[in-house]
Amino acid sequence: MTRVFLIAYRELKSYFCSWMAYLVIGGFLAISGFIFFVIITGNHQASMRWSFHNMAVTLLFVCPILTMRLLAEERRSGTLEVLLTSPVTDAQVVLGKFLGAVGLLAVLVAATLHFPLILAQYGSPDPGPLFTGYLGLLLVGASFMAVGVLASSLTESQVVAGFLSFGGLLVLWIIGWAASQPGSAVGHVLEQLSLLNHFDDLAKGVIDSKDIVFYLSFMAVCLFGAVRALESRKWR
Amino acid sequence: MIEVQGLTKYYGRVQALHDVTFSVARGEVVGFLGPNAAGKTTTLRILTGYLSANSGTAKVAGFDVFDDALEVRKRIGYLPETVPLYPEMTVRSYLGYCAGLRGVSRRNRRQRVDDAVEKLRLGEVRDTIIGHLSKGFRQRVGIAQALVHDPMVVVLDEPTIGLDPRQIIETRQLIKDLGRDHTIILSTHILPEVGMTCSRVVIIDHGRIVAQDSAEGLSARVRDSARVLLRLLRPGGDAAAILAGIPGVTGVRRQADEAFVIESSLDADVRDQVARTAVERNWGLVELRSVELSLEDVFLHLTTQEEGVAAQ
Repeated sequence: MTRVFLIAYRELKSYFCSWMAYLVIGGFLAISGFIFFVIITGNHQASMRWSFHNMAVTLLFVCPILTMRLLAEERRSGTLEVLLTSPVTDAQVVLGKFLGAVGLLAVLVAATLHFPLILAQYGSPDPGPLFTGYLGLLLVGASFMAVGVLASSLTESQVVAGFLSFGGLLVLWIIGWAASQPGSAVGHVLEQLSLLNHFDDLAKGVIDSKDIVFYLSFMAVCLFGAVRALESRKWR
Repeated sequence: MIEVQGLTKYYGRVQALHDVTFSVARGEVVGFLGPNAAGKTTTLRILTGYLSANSGTAKVAGFDVFDDALEVRKRIGYLPETVPLYPEMTVRSYLGYCAGLRGVSRRNRRQRVDDAVEKLRLGEVRDTIIGHLSKGFRQRVGIAQALVHDPMVVVLDEPTIGLDPRQIIETRQLIKDLGRDHTIILSTHILPEVGMTCSRVVIIDHGRIVAQDSAEGLSARVRDSARVLLRLLRPGGDAAAILAGIPGVTGVRRQADEAFVIESSLDADVRDQVARTAVERNWGLVELRSVELSLEDVFLHLTTQEEGVAAQ
């Protein structure tokens, strides 16, 4: 496990060695800050429910940028060969990369913690939904990152990896709209598959174990796929 | 230290390795020699556990590379063909990271990194960002990375590729030095390199092992006649004809003005008679030595005459 954290730590550090992390954090803060301002001045409620939704959608655009590099770049530059011939398993490599990306996600989300402080300054927000909202944001963001890791494990081109994960996330977002036809069995299945639909309850302040289990198992499936994709080098 | 038995590898339908078998003893420096696309990198990748083979076994330090991959990897340092570097890291932090990955404890990490930095003379760039380093330094950082955890076996894939002549000489000297503490297997398509650095040569071509022996042993093996080089100060015009008349001599070639290459059958040593003749005729004998076949000759011989090889 120390090796997993070593990989994650290196990954997190390298984000901050380029302008990438700063640009993404700055952009994310600007967009979510603007949305927060518009919503608060519009409905005058001391709640972040709708801000959370918009932040989750913003993450959907941000995460592919952050994950496209992870394995694709290592494959292109040849460092993957040394990484995978070190005494670490492929699963440890994937997990380390994923945790590195989640570390950056935590920084990103933590950078918005002044929003609830502003709310507390001018109103009296209910702390429960704020907490579950942030938990949900981490879960949904980590799921986006897991998709990104999977996409990045499939190719050696960052651009292809970026488009793959962005396209995949977009599909997983819009299939939730199938719920607009109530009663249809297909619609119900698609609704359950949508990454953002499971976020609703959490943003409202409800912790439903089915949502948590959905996110965790979704990440597990993506990471498992990434491990398999790495292993495929052996028999191709 | 390394035991490879009957490795076969297919890339799709293309067979990259045919029944490759060889072994490397502890403390040997073995050169893996072959033209491009001969299967060198594939073999090394299988040894390091990056790829798996379709059939056959490979053992490093007694551990199977397929079943005990992690145990093998702990004991191997590997420099792939493309030097694996993270451009945004400093030399020291990169080496520290590699050491950690290979299980060097946090306490020993600093010491191991300093050792590797010293061994590869990276002192002046230890805190430089790798992206700013020249090609030669990058190559050295790549080798340092393979040594930082003090592995038993060091695998170097084309370690001198893309270096300038001075750096190549330095790297070869370094490999020789490393051979004292580590078992080394290196691949190259540059012939003189193995002669200079390796105690043994494995020649591979089209995925098959064509020959393995010491460099001298190999040239002796393909040699079908003994050659003697003779250099004279005042050879007469009829010198070649006179030399050809010595019993056992099968051919005489006059090279530059004063040098003669004298061929004889393998069992006849004609040097004594040649020397005597040269002195008697007062030709001014300045040099007389037997000529080994160069590794280039051996290599061409082995990779172009398949039948002759099969007979060995």
